[in-house]
Amino acid sequence: MWLLNSSIGKKLIMSISGIFLILFLLFHMSMNVAAVFSGAAYDAICAFLGANWYAVAATMVLAAGFIIHIIYAFILTLQNRKARGNDRYAINARPKGVEWASQNMLVLGIIVILFLVLHFTQFWYNMMFAELMGHHEVMLGDGTVASPQSGATFINYYFKGNILITVLYLIWYVALWFHLTHGFWSAIHTLGWNNTIWMSRWECISKIFATVVCAIFAIITIIFYLNGVGGC
Amino acid sequence: MDKDINISVKVWRQRGPKEKGQFETYQLKNINQGTSFLEMLDILNEQLINEGKEPIVFDHDCREGICGMCSLYVNGHAHGPATGATTCQLYMRRFHDGETITIEPWRSAGFPIIRDLMVDRYAYDKIIQAGGFVSVNTGGVPDANSIAIPRDDAEMAMDAAACIGCGACAAACKNGSAMLFVSAKVSQLALLPQGKIEASRRAKAMVAKMDELGFGNCTNTRACEMECPKNISVSNIARMNREFIWAKLKD
Repeated sequence: MWLLNSSIGKKLIMSISGIFLILFLLFHMSMNVAAVFSGAAYDAICAFLGANWYAVAATMVLAAGFIIHIIYAFILTLQNRKARGNDRYAINARPKGVEWASQNMLVLGIIVILFLVLHFTQFWYNMMFAELMGHHEVMLGDGTVASPQSGATFINYYFKGNILITVLYLIWYVALWFHLTHGFWSAIHTLGWNNTIWMSRWECISKIFATVVCAIFAIITIIFYLNGVGGC
Repeated sequence: MDKDINISVKVWRQRGPKEKGQFETYQLKNINQGTSFLEMLDILNEQLINEGKEPIVFDHDCREGICGMCSLYVNGHAHGPATGATTCQLYMRRFHDGETITIEPWRSAGFPIIRDLMVDRYAYDKIIQAGGFVSVNTGGVPDANSIAIPRDDAEMAMDAAACIGCGACAAACKNGSAMLFVSAKVSQLALLPQGKIEASRRAKAMVAKMDELGFGNCTNTRACEMECPKNISVSNIARMNREFIWAKLKD
């Protein structure tokens, strides 16, 4: 099967799973925007995306997207290290025009995953996972008891006035920004949808896209830190 | 004005493919900055021979940037600090008095070292061979304008055909990928009507050979493009991806 055997096929898997994850990021961002304006609206979304069959099915697809992207990142990196050989250059200057992010995608990806683990223990574990386990109440660290569908309560609990968590999330967005500035145009380039004219355009669109997405996430996080969710 | 400079040259010495190599440092005095880089190495070799030592082995042939034989990783750059130039087109005026110049061979699993700075680049020839033939109508000389080709396509094909197959792309790539070379060779024919007939077969065969020879997977860092002595564009890689994916989907 050419998709699994050829180098371009493997890159295509990286590209398509990456674009899929970018789309998810946009979806997640719009949910967060809702929480800024209304905690009740956010809770409604959380209830909708709780332990319902379609939400669980979509989560499985999403998890598959993540796993494929991560596994292929490691497979490709190992193959590439082998192709590079055992001897390294004594002096290796990064040529002008080569972006730092493009040569450190695996490291950036690992940083993103580490933060994802933190994010999962705070939200997914208390929400969809708790519901799937049949719990209708979740006890938080300070003794508050909340419904697993009350995402707004979790946001307020973890972010409001908590500088450490807020700063950790902001670092996460910086890593994500670097990952996206290269990942976005690279995915499109791998699909073959590029030429000499669109090269600089895609790179520019990549930077704008990454900046807008990460800035919105960051602003929302800071609002949560200062005010918590809206309307409650 | 070009001056005479004194330099130290730190060169990778390795007696054979299986032997362990190491750096040796040599001193050179009164090298005129108008000297080409390879002439500097010739002077160094003459000095070594007069001292009764083994001269440094390095690849070179035309010394005018068209054959693709010279290689050398100079001060962390494939073909040295000059852009759009091969090592033979590099001059000593790029270096200053008292500088230590580090010279290494291409380091990539696809290019095993033969001796000192000389590497085996036969892998690229194998990829070219895998590309196969181009169908042409034999017979009388065709009329010059019998096949109309848009100017932009002709220009792009010519730019891709400028690739001299020196191996700088794979040598500069952190992934040891040969995609820039293969994509240039696929593009130069895929862009022209004469090359369309075997375009699918060619893309599939050349990519398959490239993978078989153990070259890495491209991650679009663009290091190849930046170090290429012929300024081959990575847009060729997008074209090859397109050709390859399309050919496989059609099967």
